[in-house]
Amino acid sequence: MNARGSFTRICLYCIALLAVATSAHAQGFAGLGTEASGFAVPERGAALDFPRDHGPHPAYRIEWWYLTANLKGEDGADYGIQWTLFRSALAPHEQSGWASPQIWMGHAGLTTQRAHYFSERLARGGIGQAGVTASPFAAWIDDWEMRATDTGIDAMTLTANAPAFSYVLDLEAQGPLVLHGDKGYSVKSQSGQASYYYSQPRYEVSGTLTLPSGPVTVAGQAWLDREWSSQPLDEDQSGWDWFSLSFESGEKLMGFVLRGGDRNFTSGTWIAADGTATALEPGQFAATPLDFTSVERRSVPTRWQVNLPDRNLSAIVEAVYPKAWMGTAFPYWEGPVRVSGSHSGMGYLEMTGYEPE
Amino acid sequence: MIWAAFLTLLSHWRRHPFQLIAILVGLALSTGLWSAVQAINAEARASYARAAEQLGQAQADHLAPRSGRQLNVSDYVALRRAGWLLAPVLEGRVGFGAQGYDLIGVDLLNPPPLSLMDAAPISTGETGETDISVTLLPPGQIFLHPDTAATMDPEADVPPIVTSLAVPRGTVIADIALASRLLGRPEHLTRLVILPDQPLLQQPLADVAPHLVRIEADTAGTATERLTDSFHLNLTAFGLLSFAVGLFIVQGSVALGMEQRRGLFRTLRSLGVPLTALMALLAAELVLMALVAGSLGLTFGYGVAAALLPDVSATLSGLYGANVDGSLTLRPVWVLSGLAMALGGAALAGARAFYALWSMPILTAPRAGGRIRRAERSFVILAVVGATMILGALLILWQFDGLLAGFLFLGGIMLGAALVLPLCLTLLLRFGAKTAKGPIAEWLWADTRAQLPGLSLALMALMLALAANVGVGTMVSSFRLTFVGWLDQRLAAEIYVTVDNDDQGAALAEWIAQREDARALPIRWHDTTHQQAPLRIYGILDDPTYRNNWPILDALPDVWTQIADGNGVLINEQLARRHGYGPGDRILLSDSWNMTIAGIYSDYGNPNGQAILSLPLLLEQVGPIANRQFGIRIRPREAAQLIQDIRNRYDLPPERVADQSTIKAQSLSIFDRTFVVTDALNVLTLGVAAFAMLTSLLTLWGQRLPQLAPIWAMGITRKNLARLDILRSLLLAALTACFALPLGLALAWALLAVINVEAFGWRLPMYLFPSDWARLFVFALLAAALAALLPARKLEKLSPSELLKAFANER
Repeated sequence: MNARGSFTRICLYCIALLAVATSAHAQGFAGLGTEASGFAVPERGAALDFPRDHGPHPAYRIEWWYLTANLKGEDGADYGIQWTLFRSALAPHEQSGWASPQIWMGHAGLTTQRAHYFSERLARGGIGQAGVTASPFAAWIDDWEMRATDTGIDAMTLTANAPAFSYVLDLEAQGPLVLHGDKGYSVKSQSGQASYYYSQPRYEVSGTLTLPSGPVTVAGQAWLDREWSSQPLDEDQSGWDWFSLSFESGEKLMGFVLRGGDRNFTSGTWIAADGTATALEPGQFAATPLDFTSVERRSVPTRWQVNLPDRNLSAIVEAVYPKAWMGTAFPYWEGPVRVSGSHSGMGYLEMTGYEPE
Repeated sequence: MIWAAFLTLLSHWRRHPFQLIAILVGLALSTGLWSAVQAINAEARASYARAAEQLGQAQADHLAPRSGRQLNVSDYVALRRAGWLLAPVLEGRVGFGAQGYDLIGVDLLNPPPLSLMDAAPISTGETGETDISVTLLPPGQIFLHPDTAATMDPEADVPPIVTSLAVPRGTVIADIALASRLLGRPEHLTRLVILPDQPLLQQPLADVAPHLVRIEADTAGTATERLTDSFHLNLTAFGLLSFAVGLFIVQGSVALGMEQRRGLFRTLRSLGVPLTALMALLAAELVLMALVAGSLGLTFGYGVAAALLPDVSATLSGLYGANVDGSLTLRPVWVLSGLAMALGGAALAGARAFYALWSMPILTAPRAGGRIRRAERSFVILAVVGATMILGALLILWQFDGLLAGFLFLGGIMLGAALVLPLCLTLLLRFGAKTAKGPIAEWLWADTRAQLPGLSLALMALMLALAANVGVGTMVSSFRLTFVGWLDQRLAAEIYVTVDNDDQGAALAEWIAQREDARALPIRWHDTTHQQAPLRIYGILDDPTYRNNWPILDALPDVWTQIADGNGVLINEQLARRHGYGPGDRILLSDSWNMTIAGIYSDYGNPNGQAILSLPLLLEQVGPIANRQFGIRIRPREAAQLIQDIRNRYDLPPERVADQSTIKAQSLSIFDRTFVVTDALNVLTLGVAAFAMLTSLLTLWGQRLPQLAPIWAMGITRKNLARLDILRSLLLAALTACFALPLGLALAWALLAVINVEAFGWRLPMYLFPSDWARLFVFALLAAALAALLPARKLEKLSPSELLKAFANER
């Protein structure tokens, strides 16, 4: 029996070590603080090139296609969905067949005002079960898919399908791509860990969510993040709180707090209504927890005071559903939020690295 | 004053410790029996749940290619992309050096449920740390049993080895990347295991991969669950009956306690204790006793369960492959249910006594004669209620289907019969009285009748206990006979062989055919569907094995000749019941192929449809099908040698060549442990019934003195009176046993033919065991004699002055 337990453990371990090529001791959240030998490292000044960079970068250890959407149902209720495809390389190359070292992980979430659903998929590259193509753009794992209906990534369809929920959404971009940091080179710690990071923060969304209670027609806004790196976190960084906020003024704010190290590291991007992006200096953006929610034996902040003095921003960010816990192999909190105060609007919040008490 | 009254009430028990013991023991016994059965059931079920997590998923459905087709990695990907959550498995034979091994490749990212692996690869590096990339990236790792590792040729080119005791000997497990490399089959898969929790949207299999077929979970697994369910049902029915029987004891003792304290009540009431306060005090007393007895009962039940559980677990694991730990954990569920049953039981048992107290005029003394007439009137009412219940039960059975209806029928008929019993006995006794000659005989009949009101409940208990014995005994014995038959049917051949491929299969068949002493029976089937449900069609060769062993329920004449000639098909009972087929009907086996049903056979535990027809006909109709499994008939003592020969000749691992005569013998010996459990419960239930009679007789004791005194005064010795007392008990027990027999058979019939069909879809045939009944009859008389012995001895030893007192005071 014990030995069977060991098998379960290895399967779990297998998942838990996806992001880690060389060591059993994952550092930082999900091993993102592990040193990356043999993998490429982001360099400042390297220009991003589209559509090529919509596609995968197998030489880098970790990469994601990360879409969140704030939606309103025909019933007037708020909904949020998440669709993420992670790529995690055991070795810095791709190869066809079962021997591929590229591991793919899909996460789908659906949050209502009263419930949160999630699902997870795993696959290895090389056999076609999961992957991304740059042009025409398609990202998929099993039957979950984010696929361009035109050139580029301005018009897309998005699907996810789980035992408890499914969704089919159409996305239509309303503005330009936003390159974070220095033309897409985004610094993540005082000691210089960085990633390539760009977004399409403004999609108009319409489609249908299928919940256990039945289908709901929804419409709203979505935000796509693209990021790749080999060691985006410093070794002693334990997790992050990441905000993507859309204000009624049409302005948007991406801001994050990387916890740990000597002190927390914050950064972000201010996006004007016309899509013009301004990188924030480290420390400009500030987020302070106000209230905590106990979920899965963890105490997670679900009400925040967010400040950006340069823009006269002083707002309260509050979870639509405070228990939006993603109980996946790497567990984290991800869900829609409401913004009130100096600015009001909606957004998404992701919080990682909260350990059980 | 209330406290003083309470103490006064309790003082009764100090003077009559035996009564207190009777109540406590009665409640404790019934609670104990009930909770023992509950504990066994709960423990067994919890074990299944654990086992299911560990290995139960062996029953997962899977997809496999149709005959002559391939399963490719691209099919797997296409199905995944169509919403199917599957675990790919690649199996094959791999050679390291001169040795061959079974290799199972699985995708460690999407592994099949654990049991399919039936192994526990532990990936351990030099430092003892687990590292998945070592397993997934070349050169990878293979997982095998240390014994297998020892057979590896050190010179051979073997990937890094990880040993684990959980991997079957001769089997090698690897990640699918390494497995496909070792087998040189990067594009192919053997099967796709369908994982639990499929998503909402899924394209139909026929649209994505029409060349694949869904194979339902191995029927053996499902059979396990269903057969064990039926075992639990049996036990639960037993538990409830035991409890009911136990309650009669309490009823008797509580009534006795009330009866004897009438004088006390009268005094207390006269001293000003209100009736409500008196009732409340008595209720508190009863609750106290129920809790004490309940706790005792739980301890007793725990002991019984712990004693029986090893047998139960051996029975279940040996017979059904269900894994039950032999150890017992105290579960809150049955502790609470046990105490609740004790409290509820005490309330039920005390209800009549309380009502009697409530409606009793304070100052009236009891009059036996009048009460008998009143009681006989109430017998008529009881009988009417009972008859109505029996009629209602029959009506429910006739009008409704379903498990609930089955249980209602069972409950109605048992309770109804118990209620009718007193009137039937009264009528019989009246009839007996008419045949009586001489004053003593007439008095005996009349006095027996006079005692009936006080004894009726104990007799009902005895009848229920006897009926439960007959019913459950019949059910278990029938179940055993059926199961033995089923094992014979399924394991008729001496050896079962599974070879690697069709060529090897053909070679084996040819090789066996050359031997004079052995016959090979190919086990070949084609999976299809019939009216949207899975149907497996077996093709067989005509052989005495089938003619002699197959359990045919209903068939046309010359059924086996018709099968052999390809003119008919046999179907299993499930298929026949589901669609209402009978012999002579036509059945559609594919779009353009229909056949006459020549017969129906029983197929216990299998939820799916099955059909059997001639192998040449099947091959002609559906084309080539796998030819890898064989049953081999040979004289048993030569089986061991042949097993060795086959293993050497085809390089097969031990589990692929199974000696079924040994397995069957083991299964049967383990099954017989079921009887240990049933017998133990039977004896306990009868013991409880005997105890109920004893307490009832003791209850009557006080009332009887005024009736016995005149007889004694007329010159009948105390010794003779005592003998007559025992005789009377025997008479009543014998009459009750006569009523219990048909009731027990009705119970067995309901369990086998109604409840089982509703619960599991197949009917167990009922076998009768008259010798068991005779034994039980003797037991019933013995129980009655034992119960009567103590009061009889008391009567014999009674001092004449006591009898004289009966004339002096009216008590």
